[in-house]
Amino acid sequence: MRYSGFRVIKEALTGHKGWTPAWRDPDPASHYDIVIIGGGGHGLATAYYLAKEFGQHKVAVIEKGWIGGGNVGRNTTIIRSNYLLDGNEPFYEFSLKLWEGLEQDFNYNAMVSQRGILNLIHSDPQRDAFVRRGNAMILNGADANMLTTEEIKKRYPFLNTHDARFPIKGGLAQHRGGTVRHDAVAWGYARGADSRGVDIIQNCEVTGFRMEGGRCVGVETSRGFIGAGKVGCAVAGNSGRLMAKAGMRLPIESHVLQAFVSEGLKPVLPGVITFGAGHFYCSQSDKGGLVFGGDLDGYNSYAQRGNLPVVEDVCEGAMAIFPMLGRARLLRMWGGIMDMSMDGSPIIDQTHIDGLYFNGGWCYGGFKATPASGFAYAHLLATGNPHPTATAYRFDRFQKGLMIDEKGMGNQPNLH
Amino acid sequence: MIINHPLLGPRDSAEFTYLGDAALIDRPDWQSETAAQDFYEYGYLRDNPAGWHRELWFHEAGDRSWLVVTRNTVTHEIKSVELARDVARARGRSK
Repeated sequence: MRYSGFRVIKEALTGHKGWTPAWRDPDPASHYDIVIIGGGGHGLATAYYLAKEFGQHKVAVIEKGWIGGGNVGRNTTIIRSNYLLDGNEPFYEFSLKLWEGLEQDFNYNAMVSQRGILNLIHSDPQRDAFVRRGNAMILNGADANMLTTEEIKKRYPFLNTHDARFPIKGGLAQHRGGTVRHDAVAWGYARGADSRGVDIIQNCEVTGFRMEGGRCVGVETSRGFIGAGKVGCAVAGNSGRLMAKAGMRLPIESHVLQAFVSEGLKPVLPGVITFGAGHFYCSQSDKGGLVFGGDLDGYNSYAQRGNLPVVEDVCEGAMAIFPMLGRARLLRMWGGIMDMSMDGSPIIDQTHIDGLYFNGGWCYGGFKATPASGFAYAHLLATGNPHPTATAYRFDRFQKGLMIDEKGMGNQPNLH
Repeated sequence: MIINHPLLGPRDSAEFTYLGDAALIDRPDWQSETAAQDFYEYGYLRDNPAGWHRELWFHEAGDRSWLVVTRNTVTHEIKSVELARDVARARGRSK
């Protein structure tokens, strides 16, 4: 069923009796050409692009819980392509372009809102670094603007621009950045994939891989064996424990990252703002809640909840640049499990096992990458070759010294 | 989280910084035939278990000792805390 304004009016006049479920609830078949493990944003996007762009229709997405219940439902919904390095920027710009056409493409309202993102600058060396980053963005076809303190004050009069310790000396803006209704991304991709023949199988946990002659021929699940020509993993924070079932150790640690929402307020914050001196960023959702977050807790965790020191640290960052936020009450906070890689950049690659593919290591930047990650992973699964924007995201880069280390932190996952 | 320091007693985990898997104590032999592969695995690959995890914490805002903490990554429960020095010596390091 195609959604449209006409359809809404027609259903309104006929008692809303014509709506059907957005996707089916099929039982697993005995064999698929491609099985995707993980019904999150990346897995569903992969299935969608496999069916739509690469003509693969015998595809299943298997998910241990319900679709969109992991990190795609737990993030802070920001999209942007303000990266520096050659291995990253073309990929994230490709992703932003896909976001721009996404709703028309999959016929679902994902509330893509290009309200802009602003990275604040607090010192002269930081300005130099951001000018360099802005130039790298422009060289790769993205948009970037340097704003002066006066321009920032005009747009965001509530910011604490003359703080004694961290005065705001300007900012790097990307006006095409913004926010997206995160759950709708999972639902839109699921609906688009399902309508093209993809089976989305929920409540089906993978318990192991079946190998024959060194080749992965399918997955053992809580709902029986499912054969597959190719198996693609896209399970984010659970990457380590899933790939261990195939005997693999990954250049990844799982860490918890917390996010926060205030009570609903009238519109006060246009766009996304990031603090350049501490780790804090904030936007306002369409419901009115201020959505914000900061650093990782910093230790390995699968708990989906964090501890209080980070709550305090994030709120201190908030008060440093948004003193007005002190009057808002914190409504909810939660944690998600990040697949922190050794250089802060992701992996979309074949494994050393024939027929087994891996997508992970997204750190805390996975949401904005969802469309391009799905497209590039579908490209790899369908053609056997990496997508042109994802050629650097290989397993062997750590062995070859080809790390894509945006922050220059080395092999210390909790610092990326 | 409270880390029960073997010398100082219970301390807030905010006093510590975290390095990672305690397997980092077992630095490979740089003269081995397989040193390149060994150091790649040592530097970049991790077990990353969901459950009990032995890990290195540094008491940065305290006595600056390194600890090996056995902690559950699913519940954040801490089972034991040892001085990393003792663990390393028991494994034959720094005799």
